[in-house]
Amino acid sequence: MKASGSVFKYGDNVDTDVIIPARYLNSSDPAELAKHCMEDIDKEFIHKVKSGDIIVANKNFGCGSSREHAPIAIKAAGVSCVIAETFARIFYRNSINIGLPIIECPKASQEIEAGDQVEIDFDTGMIYNKTKGTSYQGQAFPEFMQKLIEAGGLVNYINEGK
Amino acid sequence: MGMTMTQKILAAHAGLPEVRAGQLIEANLDLVLGNDITSPVAIHEMEKMKVDGVFDKNKIALVPDHFVPNKDIKSAEHCKCVRQFAKKNEITNYFEVGEMGIEHALLPEKGLVVAGDVVIGADSHTCTYGALGAFSTGVGSTDMAAGMATGKAWFKVPSAIQFVLTGKPSKWVSGKDIILHIIGMIGVDGALYRSMEFTGDGIANLSMDDRFTIANMAIEAGGKNGIFPVDKLAEDYIKEHSNKIYTIYEADKDAEYDQVISIDLSTLKPTIAFPHLPENTHTIDEVGEILVDQVVIGSCTNGRIDDLRVAAKVLQGRKVCKGIRTIIIPATQSIYLQAMEEGLIRTFIEAGAVVSTPTCGPCLGGYMGILAAGEKCVSTTNRNFVGRMGDVTSEIYLASPAVAAASAVTGKISSPAELEE
Repeated sequence: MKASGSVFKYGDNVDTDVIIPARYLNSSDPAELAKHCMEDIDKEFIHKVKSGDIIVANKNFGCGSSREHAPIAIKAAGVSCVIAETFARIFYRNSINIGLPIIECPKASQEIEAGDQVEIDFDTGMIYNKTKGTSYQGQAFPEFMQKLIEAGGLVNYINEGK
Repeated sequence: MGMTMTQKILAAHAGLPEVRAGQLIEANLDLVLGNDITSPVAIHEMEKMKVDGVFDKNKIALVPDHFVPNKDIKSAEHCKCVRQFAKKNEITNYFEVGEMGIEHALLPEKGLVVAGDVVIGADSHTCTYGALGAFSTGVGSTDMAAGMATGKAWFKVPSAIQFVLTGKPSKWVSGKDIILHIIGMIGVDGALYRSMEFTGDGIANLSMDDRFTIANMAIEAGGKNGIFPVDKLAEDYIKEHSNKIYTIYEADKDAEYDQVISIDLSTLKPTIAFPHLPENTHTIDEVGEILVDQVVIGSCTNGRIDDLRVAAKVLQGRKVCKGIRTIIIPATQSIYLQAMEEGLIRTFIEAGAVVSTPTCGPCLGGYMGILAAGEKCVSTTNRNFVGRMGDVTSEIYLASPAVAAASAVTGKISSPAELEE
């Protein structure tokens, strides 16, 4: 499984309130949520993002609320993977559960810049920065998490197992 | 090598003699919680699962509290979805408007969580119940769905930071000041993936409401859970509110901690978190002159009776500064009633504050006190992120109920001690 796209870069502690502000949580429709994804931190994001693009951020990405609407909005906006130094724990869990690939890799987070073309191989955890010609070893997913993401989330994964 | 308090609870619920930090386990759940924002997503996910219904209708709590009473048509539809699900599955602990309160104040009050329980809730502040000696943690809607269907959840066993609290806090220092001090010290990811285990003889000087506030904000340091030992005060609270059988777990003497942090509570001052992170803390003497437009006293962090009592003590015989909107929200119906009986509501209204039915409303910028561009708010809530309570240029200063009430009187961030001079 691979992902490839152009990078949107953010800093530390990107919280779930800026990923999807609570004023839009009266909806749980992924397409509706995607329209407001990252609105309070980057108004241009949703107009520029293309299917397959990648978010790279620094530490504690997704801190704050438990709203699953946050990874749902990111996935529905077309983002193929989020790379960060660290993730807040509920966001990490939610992303896996809904099938949004995420990778912890401090060095990649520090060095990759906005607009870089990046490719990720989920089987090996390798991150390739095609713009800069650099590569990084991120954390590879354990097999069950890969299957879960490929199935499109926990629910499908559970159902497939039955 | 021994286990922490959290590890012991998790081991018991996984049917294992012992667990180690980093180990993946599947634990049996004593309670699964959801609110009006997270439950509809969970219900939708559960409908996709090939299951007949919920694992136990008595072990699920559904508390519409965020946008309730319904703030708009979309919210009304969400609440309707939760209501219909509760009816169809005969959920015992569904709390309709009139019975409901803010979930993390309501559940302990209704006796639904006791010492030794394992609780997951699709709300990040589910960690509040650590005050009762339970393991409780926030999860997302899909985990809630799986929890409702199977009564189980997987966890990575956390390591822990031990906080040794000693001494007695001074007059205007509360649980809120203690937890803000801690977050200021370790940062918003200082306890990432870990337990925050509070110990030390200083705990004897903290009321249950102080402890609920401290455990509530463990998530603001990135923590998986925050937990207190069960002393007589906690046991009395549990016995008063619940008939459930409880189990007291204690950390082993040789439990291993990643870090041990000692705090003398007598040295702490009222503490305020500046925009836009809970870790941006300043003590009251460092604040300078910050004029405010709104004050909010309430939320799952600080909407309990102790919080209202201290706010009333500050507001008694005084008036809210002209032009400052002061919004006070008792967290549950029973707290509201208690506040009425004690005359606190009269004090608030005579001072010029407005008192609302229980709701999370303003804390997350839902309704009941949204901020306009550039406005500043002193709030007893838990997060001061960009745009959390309204416009992206508005600012939130997190503080205790005492500081919030004093700030309402002066119109700028103030210590209640200043009013006594």
